Amino acid sequence: MNTTDTLEITKDGSHAITINREFEAPIDKVFRAMTDPELIAQWMGPKYLTNTEVHNDAHHGGTWGLVQRDPDGNEYAFRGVFHGEQTPELSMRTFEWLGMPGHVSFETLRLEDLGNGRTRAHNVSVFTSTEDRDGMADSGMDTGVREGYERLDEILERL
Amino acid sequence: MSDDQLDLVFGALADRTRRAILARLAQQDTNVGDLTGLFTMSQPAVSKHLKVLEQAGLVSRTKLGTMRLSHLEAAPLKEATGWLADYRTYWSESFERLDKLLESLD
Repeated sequence: MNTTDTLEITKDGSHAITINREFEAPIDKVFRAMTDPELIAQWMGPKYLTNTEVHNDAHHGGTWGLVQRDPDGNEYAFRGVFHGEQTPELSMRTFEWLGMPGHVSFETLRLEDLGNGRTRAHNVSVFTSTEDRDGMADSGMDTGVREGYERLDEILERL
Repeated sequence: MSDDQLDLVFGALADRTRRAILARLAQQDTNVGDLTGLFTMSQPAVSKHLKVLEQAGLVSRTKLGTMRLSHLEAAPLKEATGWLADYRTYWSESFERLDKLLESLD
């Protein structure tokens, strides 16, 4: 089965985003890959970003942090705090991007054993405002997608 | 918007004639004959471009009397170039890397 087809990212009500994704791996392995900082460093983010300074103390009151560097040397730092015991069935933490400090969201991750060595990850991120949820403040994360579409600005202005 | 739909939208936008068609439709609904007048290509060629735009959900057809007008659909354009699309790309690529890592873990 092609697991990349199972990715679903949807806006949920006015303040949340839901991510669903299935994996061809058993639940304990998926949980390990998502909580071990040495493993997180190997998959978090697109390939052009380098993960540095990864830490992940996955227990109540523990902190996590991650710095991602792009080829131009720009750095994107993230951090948060874990709440409650972190288990595959339920893990909760805060999330903050230091490029927009104070805009903190709260994430609930649930892993589900689908049988046959497969797992579904279900994550809900809740934001403190619809504006934060919709990323309306300039995120500064220039992925280069919008480069070259100058005429689009013209079109969008008229809409 | 799924990865497949995003592919269709960006594929549709990656052509200057189609971008010019969208710019014109942003001003007003237009029939294919009048759109053809904007370019130095044949009407079938313009129709082909319109079909690509329709498949991407960026253009729809409406009827006004006997005229069939092409109409710009703004929502997919906003969605494809918006923040959520970037967010989606970030996670899509991350999870593909995670898939490979999971295969290599014992």
